[in-house]
Amino acid sequence: MRDVAIVGVGMTKWGELWEKSLRTIFVETALLALDDAGVDHIDSMIVGCMSSGLFTGQEHLGSLLSDYLGKNPVPAARVESACSSGGLALRQGFSEVASGMSDIVLVGGVEKMTDVTGCEATYALGTAADQEYEGYHGLTFPALYAMMAVAHMHKYGTTREQLAMVAVKNHDNGSKNPLAQFPFKISVNAVLNSVLVADPLRILDCSPITDGAAAVILCPAEMAGKFKKPAVRIAGSGQATDTIALSSRKDLCWIESTRVAAQKALAMAGRTIDDMHLFEVHDCFTIAEIMITEALGLVPKGRGGKAVEEGLTAIGGKYPVNPSGGLKAKGHPVGATGVAQAVEVVKQLRGEAGARQIKGAGRGLTQNMGGTGGSSVVHVLEAM
Amino acid sequence: MPTPSKYWREIPQRYRLEAGRCTKCGYVAFPPRLVCPACGNREFAPTKLAETGALLTYTIVRVAPGAFEDEAPYAVGIAELDGGVKLTAQVVDCDFADLKVGMRVKLEFRKMSEDGPAGVIYYGYKFVKE
Amino acid sequence: MAGIIGYGAYIPRNRIKVEEIAKVWGADAPSYKKGLMLEEKSVPSPDQDTITMSVEASKNALKRAGIDPKEIGAVYVGSESHPYAVKPSGTVLAEALGATPECHTADLEFACKAGSEGMFIALNLVRAGAVKYGLAVGADTSQGAPGDALEYSAAAGAAAFLFGRDDLVADCLETYAFMTDTPDFWRREYQYYPRHGGRFTGEPAYFKHVLGAAEGIMAKAKMKPADFAYVIFHQPNGKFPFRAGEMLGFTKAQIEPGWLVNRLGNTYSGSSPLGLTAVLDVAKAGDLVLMVSYGSGAGSDAFIWRVTPRIDSVRALAPRTRDLLDKNKTYLEYGAYAKYRRKIRKAE
Repeated sequence: MRDVAIVGVGMTKWGELWEKSLRTIFVETALLALDDAGVDHIDSMIVGCMSSGLFTGQEHLGSLLSDYLGKNPVPAARVESACSSGGLALRQGFSEVASGMSDIVLVGGVEKMTDVTGCEATYALGTAADQEYEGYHGLTFPALYAMMAVAHMHKYGTTREQLAMVAVKNHDNGSKNPLAQFPFKISVNAVLNSVLVADPLRILDCSPITDGAAAVILCPAEMAGKFKKPAVRIAGSGQATDTIALSSRKDLCWIESTRVAAQKALAMAGRTIDDMHLFEVHDCFTIAEIMITEALGLVPKGRGGKAVEEGLTAIGGKYPVNPSGGLKAKGHPVGATGVAQAVEVVKQLRGEAGARQIKGAGRGLTQNMGGTGGSSVVHVLEAM
Repeated sequence: MPTPSKYWREIPQRYRLEAGRCTKCGYVAFPPRLVCPACGNREFAPTKLAETGALLTYTIVRVAPGAFEDEAPYAVGIAELDGGVKLTAQVVDCDFADLKVGMRVKLEFRKMSEDGPAGVIYYGYKFVKE
Repeated sequence: MAGIIGYGAYIPRNRIKVEEIAKVWGADAPSYKKGLMLEEKSVPSPDQDTITMSVEASKNALKRAGIDPKEIGAVYVGSESHPYAVKPSGTVLAEALGATPECHTADLEFACKAGSEGMFIALNLVRAGAVKYGLAVGADTSQGAPGDALEYSAAAGAAAFLFGRDDLVADCLETYAFMTDTPDFWRREYQYYPRHGGRFTGEPAYFKHVLGAAEGIMAKAKMKPADFAYVIFHQPNGKFPFRAGEMLGFTKAQIEPGWLVNRLGNTYSGSSPLGLTAVLDVAKAGDLVLMVSYGSGAGSDAFIWRVTPRIDSVRALAPRTRDLLDKNKTYLEYGAYAKYRRKIRKAE
């Protein structure tokens, strides 16, 4: 396998982009990435998108987006693994370059979620769960994560306030991110008083509905020096699956697929978790970030709540988690999230993160997750 | 409108809790499967789930998907049934204040939803307090 | 010889009081309570209907009967609130119990006597040797038009009976049917609520047929009121059963154990069948029980049962009807009741 580098990144402001269609959002973002790299020619394109079909009635994204990007007849594919579609797209692009099949690969993620009602969006997101044995019973994603939270709080004493602190931290970070959907701070009280969605989770515990895209340009590491900006190497990639239904998991308050995917990515990179300077993780709900920090091995099992309370995961802390603002403040256009995590790490490693900059950042880890942990994709990125 | 086949196919599970017990390691698959996730064996014997158990976790859905909008807020939970299988379902006929981890439950036949006022009515199981 | 081998009841736990309904419509609650002898009625939750209640009542009957559901040869569901106008409730019930595919089913309708109709048919199929076991259910989630007198009584519940030839809990000594064309209460297709003939529903309707059936079956069996330990009449309100009993020569003590309507409401096709389950919960071996249903349109089915010693060993195997009626209740306000019963017009 060849070494693979990221030589260009692109992301536009995320939010409710009423005037922009899925194809416009993707093309604008892809052009930013191509320009950031200073390339025009690509050998292949991979797009991560959870459900353009349910959200916009549009499938066949490979053809659509290569067409509108002006890149026909380039080979293009859409990949899907629910909310980890973006991370999966990065992994597929990585393997195409690493195998020698392609040289320059555009990896993008996109989701256009506001062309349906909130109710229909909830339904579309729910297709990441077990349709016949969870969805059939009226389960929603907030409800599934709320049940994980109740189990975690019961077993480890994690508190309602600790959950709120995750959202507060991520908004602190997001307030420094000009591309974030919600670039403002919030307070613990605001979270605790916001409307209940599925007890104990409130609206401010939940990532939002967002339109947006993110893109990166990959090339063989040996070519990276030709490009304008400092390149970042994808040192490790790992993916793992687990049961689709939460009720089938061995432990209701543990995300095993993240533990396995991280272990694989770190092993490939020849690193340990303590070698990482920052982490972009999948805080679809506040409880998710707490459980992810445990699954990554940043803290012992059950101690994720205490960790955020003690500031361990703040930008100035020992393990900065979600300096971008995470899904909560930055937004969560589902298929785009995994790619945007890589964009943030690249910016941090290049020293381009502005007020969010983690000093001396040289290695970062991205963790993208599907459903209630049915799939996880982890990448280790290192400055070259 | 989905054809009734998707609902009808799961009737043995929705109405009678029919499951499969792996002939090699005893793992009980609900719904039944072709491959045992515990040992990889491909042979199962028919079995049924127990109709009683205890809640492992629960929540109250306040923002519901379309088909369930009129029922919100409603409780849902995962229970470990006597015999070891874990099952997800709504918890009904129970004051929210009474919900707790460890609460004993039993299964009751209830209406789940319908495909609109002119469509097929979907039935299945829900938890009530034992 | 054929009779009941298992019986079961199901009553939803929601209730609404007469005062709560009267308040909304500006009616005089005390006069309804006194005139109709009603206090409160059961209300089904949005996830309950004739089919779900039939399944639970039938499972209770199966617990008492102790038979293999695969051997049930006939399943009848009598209701005036079947969830589908076309597609039987009986197929869902039979499937849920595991009686399919070798099973006959039919949905029955005859206003409030659809449940006893099923009993009449299932029992006689067993007696004729056409099936080994037969199941009959009377279940309803009937609606009363808002503001109408029937709104105070229209309630929800189900009673199920399994019939066989051996190991009887109650032997059926006699059956009888009395029926004429009398339009006292009806609902046309596509109409949401039924209509009724006011006071015409009394003497020419309920009393003519209940008395006709009771006198007819007692003559056929050469019995008189004093021979019976219990009598159950259809209960559209609290008063009618006592007046019928009085006219026939029965005592209050014979009627009270099977009289549920004051706290249950009128469960239509479930009415006298549920009354019978409550009586079986307390009857002893050798007791004679008379059950007379009534369905508008109009007609009555009558049955004479003799309770056997086996009742004592099966009674505790499923919930007692009065426990379902009086325990674990939750009271609704009119708004929640109207929402549950889909009386509120929503956007298309």
